[in-house]
Amino acid sequence: MPAKGVTDLIVNAPSERRSPAPVRVDGVTRAFQTRRGRVVALDGMSLVARAQEIVSVVGPSGCGKTTLLELICGLQRPDAGAVDSAPAALMPQHDLLLPWLSALDNAGLALRAQGRSRAEGRAAAAPWLERFGLAGFERTRPAELSGGMRQRVSFLRTLLAGKPVLALDEPFAALDAITRLQMQGWLSHVLEREPRTVILVTHDVEEAVMLADRLVVMSPRPGRTLAEIEVELPRPRHRTDADVVALRERALEALGVPA
Amino acid sequence: MIRWGWIGSGWRFTWRPVLVLAALLGAWELYVDLGGVDPLILPAPHAVASALYNDRSLLWSNFVVTAEEVVLGILLAAVAGFACAVAIHFSPTLRRAVYPLVVASQTIPIPMIAPLLVLWLGFAILPKLVVVALVSFFPIVVTTLAGLAGVERGLIKLMRTFDSTRVRTFRHVELPAALPGVLTGTKIAVVVAVIGAYLAELAGAQAGLGYLFQLSVAQILTPRAYATVVILSVFAIALFALLSLAERLVVPWAYERQGEQ
Repeated sequence: MPAKGVTDLIVNAPSERRSPAPVRVDGVTRAFQTRRGRVVALDGMSLVARAQEIVSVVGPSGCGKTTLLELICGLQRPDAGAVDSAPAALMPQHDLLLPWLSALDNAGLALRAQGRSRAEGRAAAAPWLERFGLAGFERTRPAELSGGMRQRVSFLRTLLAGKPVLALDEPFAALDAITRLQMQGWLSHVLEREPRTVILVTHDVEEAVMLADRLVVMSPRPGRTLAEIEVELPRPRHRTDADVVALRERALEALGVPA
Repeated sequence: MIRWGWIGSGWRFTWRPVLVLAALLGAWELYVDLGGVDPLILPAPHAVASALYNDRSLLWSNFVVTAEEVVLGILLAAVAGFACAVAIHFSPTLRRAVYPLVVASQTIPIPMIAPLLVLWLGFAILPKLVVVALVSFFPIVVTTLAGLAGVERGLIKLMRTFDSTRVRTFRHVELPAALPGVLTGTKIAVVVAVIGAYLAELAGAQAGLGYLFQLSVAQILTPRAYATVVILSVFAIALFALLSLAERLVVPWAYERQGEQ
């Protein structure tokens, strides 16, 4: 099914990002058989992320955003269409830190998953914890960390998987509003120093504009691309910048929310 | 901060049941002392206490036998139950084939199967271990399975995107997550294991508290019979407390999470 709803497609990529796209989702359809019948999560969804580009996927709840990420991560296969992605590591919506491990061991989990020793995991994670403002909390278990700290450990855990693509599934949705804003600034800062190709799924349009190089606006279920919006704004961005506000309104308009 | 809170919350209130118990014992003592019943049929608490003291070496040597049956039987059940739960967890085919049998094994009337096992396995410890393990097996399998099944699906997916193998995901995620379940199941098993050991000794034994109990009843040594009951109860409580302590040491996170909410 062609992406009939694409109303606003900008194709001019910044020249330094002309390298082959690490993530390419092309006309993907994905449906699930549930007890209440067949549910089409995605129908004709397309998306491209260029190298080291931050792509925010915004859409209403239940529009198949998580399904999209799982397709990119290779956890699911499309029913129709094609998904072509470089290796991607997932950061789940809830931090899902292991309650029996310290912050340090949680951060190094990817290395344990890859069969490396506990010492190797710790050695890889330790310098990062300090960089992420978690010095002194290495031995603390998740239950005693704040929500923002847990999310930073969770992001670090995904980062240390060493994959070129990061698939972030509403990473700050479970945080309180103040912490969420702080974490957005923090993530923007981290990605500036550690550029990765990022697919950031969110239902927070402002978060998308603040963080992304490009927005992909999705329709309600079945999800497909409604619009793509380039965010060619310098960083750091401010919520109150006229350009940020204008882009946010444009995205909301694409989602069918009147100003 | 919360880590040692259990000492306060866990033990501070133990004096309340002790108070109730003391009141009950006092009433019992008065009832017998005031001639409400023949002390040969219902001995007063003080008679039971003196039996505990006077027969201490006899009680101890028989206690050791029963304690060994219970502890080894539970260990056997824990190992077998854990292995069975893991196998069922990993294989849907096994789940369909074995799980109904595990549930059905609970319908075996233990007092009837015990003498048959003695007939087959002899009068030594082996049939007792089998009976104790048989009654302890089920709670351990069920709680371990619940722990394994309770692992967040998102974590399994996360591990897959980290290139984890099935075995490594089990080792780093599912196994630690299932540990609290194993210990909970073992705690439940303690209670039934003591009953299982008694039933097994009833079917044929030359030593053990169950054996001594029967002998004492037959000889109308009721204070000694009550003494064996007291020892078995205290033993079960001690095992239960020991496992609770083990839980707090081995899986402390399971308590911190409770304390947080």
